[in-house]
Amino acid sequence: MQEFIQRRPIWSGIIALALAVFLWLVLAPWSPEMEAVMGRKRVFLNAVFGGVTLGALYFLVAAGFTLIFGLMRNVNLAHGSLYLLGGYLGFEISERTGSWLLAFPIVFVLVGLVGIILQNQVFRRMEGEELRQTMVTIGISVVLADLMLWTWGGQSYTIMTPDWLSGPAELPIISGTNRDGETVFLRYPAVRIAILIAAIVIGVLMWLILNKSRLGMLIRAGVDDRDMLAASGIRIQWVFLAVFAFGAGLAGIGGIIGGTFQSLSPGEDTRFLLASLVVVIVGGMGSIPGAAIGAVLIGLSEQLGLVYAPTYSVVFTFLIMVAVLAFRPQGLLGRTR
Amino acid sequence: MSTTDPLGEIFASTRRSRPEPSWIERVPLPVWIVGFVALIMPLIANNFWLFQVFGWTFILGMIALSLMFLAGYGGMVSLIQMSVAGMAGYGVAILGTSGMGDLSLGWPWWLYIPVAIIIAAIFGTIVGALAVRTEGIYTIMITLAIASAFFYFTRQNYEIFNGYSGFNLVVPPRLFGVDWRRPIPFYYLTLGCAVLSYLAVVYVSRSPFGLALQGVRDGPRRMAALGYNVTAHRIAAYTFASVIAAVGGILLVWQNSQVSPGTVGIPAVIDILVIAVVGGLRRPIGPFIGALIYVLLRTFSPDILLGFGLSGERFKTLIGMGFLLIVFFSPDGVLGLWDRWRERQRRKRDPLRDGGKR
Repeated sequence: MQEFIQRRPIWSGIIALALAVFLWLVLAPWSPEMEAVMGRKRVFLNAVFGGVTLGALYFLVAAGFTLIFGLMRNVNLAHGSLYLLGGYLGFEISERTGSWLLAFPIVFVLVGLVGIILQNQVFRRMEGEELRQTMVTIGISVVLADLMLWTWGGQSYTIMTPDWLSGPAELPIISGTNRDGETVFLRYPAVRIAILIAAIVIGVLMWLILNKSRLGMLIRAGVDDRDMLAASGIRIQWVFLAVFAFGAGLAGIGGIIGGTFQSLSPGEDTRFLLASLVVVIVGGMGSIPGAAIGAVLIGLSEQLGLVYAPTYSVVFTFLIMVAVLAFRPQGLLGRTR
Repeated sequence: MSTTDPLGEIFASTRRSRPEPSWIERVPLPVWIVGFVALIMPLIANNFWLFQVFGWTFILGMIALSLMFLAGYGGMVSLIQMSVAGMAGYGVAILGTSGMGDLSLGWPWWLYIPVAIIIAAIFGTIVGALAVRTEGIYTIMITLAIASAFFYFTRQNYEIFNGYSGFNLVVPPRLFGVDWRRPIPFYYLTLGCAVLSYLAVVYVSRSPFGLALQGVRDGPRRMAALGYNVTAHRIAAYTFASVIAAVGGILLVWQNSQVSPGTVGIPAVIDILVIAVVGGLRRPIGPFIGALIYVLLRTFSPDILLGFGLSGERFKTLIGMGFLLIVFFSPDGVLGLWDRWRERQRRKRDPLRDGGKR
């Protein structure tokens, strides 16, 4: 961080300024003139929070993708299918048992198992052949999508929010003033706040594991030099299996979350695959903080775009990607290899 | 090359070197047979086969051919080709006439067809310029992301692309008093375009540009050291492939007589990749073989599945499984299988090679 500021003082200044303006927009009450230009503050705040929550979901899905790619150079284009599979399984479990929370560990284990099968049976057979892996995983995702369509049909499902999380929660952020001149605070669905907090907790845990634990040390060493790690006596295939299972399980959990605050239907798998692709392209391949930044950027641009320019919201996402590719082809936090 | 014919030996000795055979003699026999069958196909096949099976095969084959050109000669697997084709199709629908009245500009055919192709080529070139900044797997991801962005954009934009419903009643112009959507004219139209684009790819692959492109594929740094502009060659390859894809896209829109976001959706994009890979990315004929297999499967798999007592809707699983099997066992597609089979036959017959065991 300090190094970056010293090396690029102008850029860090611009980033800091943009962050400050953004924070001010979120926290300060808006004057009537501003509301005339930008619309109601409540709308803006809702878009921002929606964007950050969506970014949290994107982060959960993309983190597994980027981790798998960074460590194993495995391109898992069936990642979106794992997301959708997790969502459907979560729906079934929460319907049968009536417990939303119970679905998380079960889905994590089940989808993680699918990931282990994928890693062990598919990717290990074609190590280093990226193009073939891509093709095979595309084939797998086509088959999986059709089988899921067969099992769950074409209608869309929504996973019920548990009672203790339904309803809005009040946040200490001013959204405007009502007619009597009292300040009104932002009300936001509690389940989304829970999702946001959970994503942050998972992200921080991942960062801690990666940077402070022995396993994380192994993974980082593997990312840097796989052969040397294997040569120093580590059973690298076990590390691979663990990371793949973890990434797949994370995508499955993402499915439950996505099914709770959006819906599950055929086609969501490609949507989330593409979201993770864009997120990791923007953030940088194999970088967890990069995935977090990319996810929040993409989520924000999608939601703000939906509010302020409905027709072109996709184009914003795309423009971000193009700009990153044009100026930093390796991604915001990616490293050149 | 020696001949047993004494007259031929005399000829060879007097002239020292035999003259280069003319291009007609160099075309192998199977090509003549395939060409002849393709020409007289309207006598054999009924309208359904001509229009739906062969017309579609040629069209998909052309779009997949543009991918084959990029992947086989340029080493760039681009998933944008279907979007480029769709762009040309949208161009024809928007600039020409369609059932959407006011949204179409109603230009004459000699203007809107070239302009649509040029627009698509520019689109493909811009995407190519972005994609060549990356390599290998990244190219796939970026082109896939751009293709999906294009799909969502066409679906959300109502001013230009007419959103979800797209354009219908987009038909080819009546030229020379022929209705080109009738099965026999359409068959010859698609056949002609497919053969032309095939020949164009073969020609370009042997031209200095094509050879340089293959050099770039095999060793970009060496080519750069030799003074070739690697990036420019790659981008030019995208432009050339875009033109072929654009022609295919226009024909596709004419065949369906409509274009909508579904035409450029992710499944369609993946299908083009499947076709090219199943056929084989080594030679330009591969995509057409892949397209024929795909179209046959797509057309008849419900019957096949019903024959096995399964639901006819599961054709995607069938196609996906077939794709998986081919990629698993023969990464270079059906052509690769064929090559390996030929090789084995040749070795079996060769008595000098260790009893043909190798």
